[in-house]
Amino acid sequence: MKRPDLHTLGPIVALIALVVLGALLNPSFLAPANITNVLARSAFIGMIAVGMTFVITAGGLDLSVGSMAAFLAGVTIMAMNAIAPALGIHWGTILIGMGVALLGGLIAGYLNGALVTKARIEPFIVTLGTMGIFRSLVTWLADGGTLSLASGLRTLYRPVYYGGIGWITWPIITFAIVAILGEWLMRQSRFGRHVEAIGSNERVARYSAIDVNRVKLMTYVLLGLLVGLAVVLYVPRLGSASGSTGVLWELEAIAAVIIGGTALKGGTGRVWGTVVGVLILSLIDNILNLADLVSPYLNGAIQGVIIVLAVVLQREKSTADER
Amino acid sequence: MKRRNLMKAAALAATLGMTAGAALAQEAEKKIIGVSIPSATHGFMGGLNWHAQDTIARLGKAYPNLEFVLATAGDAAKQVNDIEDMMATRNIDGLVVLPFESEPLTAPVKAVKEAGKFVTVVDRGLSEEGIEDLYVAGDNTAFGRVAGEYFKANLKPGSKIVVLRGIPTTLDNERVDAFQKALEGSDVEILDMQHGNWNRDDAFTVMQDYLSKYPQIDAVWAADDDMAIGVMEAIAAANRTDEMWVIGGAGMKEIVKRIMDGDKQLPVNVTYPPALISSAIEMTALRFVSNAPMTGRFIIGSQLITPENAEQFYYPDSPF
Repeated sequence: MKRPDLHTLGPIVALIALVVLGALLNPSFLAPANITNVLARSAFIGMIAVGMTFVITAGGLDLSVGSMAAFLAGVTIMAMNAIAPALGIHWGTILIGMGVALLGGLIAGYLNGALVTKARIEPFIVTLGTMGIFRSLVTWLADGGTLSLASGLRTLYRPVYYGGIGWITWPIITFAIVAILGEWLMRQSRFGRHVEAIGSNERVARYSAIDVNRVKLMTYVLLGLLVGLAVVLYVPRLGSASGSTGVLWELEAIAAVIIGGTALKGGTGRVWGTVVGVLILSLIDNILNLADLVSPYLNGAIQGVIIVLAVVLQREKSTADER
Repeated sequence: MKRRNLMKAAALAATLGMTAGAALAQEAEKKIIGVSIPSATHGFMGGLNWHAQDTIARLGKAYPNLEFVLATAGDAAKQVNDIEDMMATRNIDGLVVLPFESEPLTAPVKAVKEAGKFVTVVDRGLSEEGIEDLYVAGDNTAFGRVAGEYFKANLKPGSKIVVLRGIPTTLDNERVDAFQKALEGSDVEILDMQHGNWNRDDAFTVMQDYLSKYPQIDAVWAADDDMAIGVMEAIAAANRTDEMWVIGGAGMKEIVKRIMDGDKQLPVNVTYPPALISSAIEMTALRFVSNAPMTGRFIIGSQLITPENAEQFYYPDSPF
């Protein structure tokens, strides 16, 4: 084994640098409350990004996840509000709502995957289309306004985001489990190996008797399911969904995947890297809010610079290898 | 469920057109008014869309010789196309337009004016003066000033507040400048001003970070009711609800309801009514059905909603 190089460690180095910077700039950065905040708000994008890692590794792309999350959140809220009068306000209603979110995610993911694999349309085009469709549907369902969960249900459901074991709240726990399972699935399972094989060379994968279409379809279904899971945890946070929910989540998820060392062209997937990427993105926001480093007008520029730097740090080595 | 109002309005206009066709022939000639607004992408615009549809349906009934064409656009380019289509295919007599952005819409709206149509510009001015016949807008300076004055009058000297700003725009700058100006001379310190982009989730995140950063916050100017909801959720999660109150803005129905109920955390609100589109459409309609002069500038004041007067700002049917 060769010693670990900058190529793989780049994202971790960036993450540690950000943590040190944050701690130096503001002592409350390392307070448990702030850590909980950052980790919990990373959870939505985080779970979606773990799913996105599989889609991108298999050579695909999904631009619809942000809109899908908004749409599923809207449908989940409407479903719970609709059955609450019949079932009453208790956990049964909420469990049904969660089921709606997960099932909806499964179906939406299947729809994307089927259009890519069965109708043979470019994933960029398919998901650009479904992105617009989901976004319009939630705006239409909300009548241009906001869908809000009935207040009794909201009180009951709230601890799913805010509660947990001590300061480790449920979104953090769920995100950790998803990340560990995702890492295992990518590294240890046959599915993960097939995903990488398809991403590096689809034709060879097909000749090796891999059911390429099925595996690709499964990556989109998995991503849809994880979007559904993110929605299950998102809805109790503000108890509402509108046309502006989840805007640009797809780009944040894709950015996290790429920062983490997964190749945009597919073939190599690194789930733990994605998790680091998500944390880097959340930390940048958090640090910019905690420290008055620059004019808030420039926040986007700082984010852009750090994203590019994190990727440059890990790509330098690999391009050098190729020469 | 008002989302099908657009269709209803269209159907209504069609049936009215048919049944009243004979009667109309001897009445005044038919006038067509085009209404072009941004689509419902956030709470405020959702409310504005609802009020536009509501007003059109009502006016269509009240004045059978008026016909309305409503178009909503997701971006400036689409809005330009909408207006060109209205001119080319519907031969409108008047145009009510809320420009998506000032610059790109100036030339197309000017072309409408040069064709001899009556032009009403709503809320966001064009980049060239003197094009529109009628200008209807909310008062962004007053929006910031009224809020600032409330803070000044109701906070003890030495109090500390945080501010959430909207999407970086001139409109947001006007509000924030007026707010700061109103606070001048008081001993109230603004700890921080970050952009929450008029979005619940963004405001939630920014407020969480404010709460981590500052041990003492006495009040929050959320400057928008969507942001106020995110802010209050973050405060509740940090168990600091009793420490600070929150002032939103624009008069969202859920917030107005809570003010009506005397919520301590939400003492007042400042209006910036999405129904200003109704004023604009009504006045444009009056231009065609009455002799009342309808040219000039009409600035809708930003008022303070208090528990005492909240009822008159409460529209339970509106989505906003």
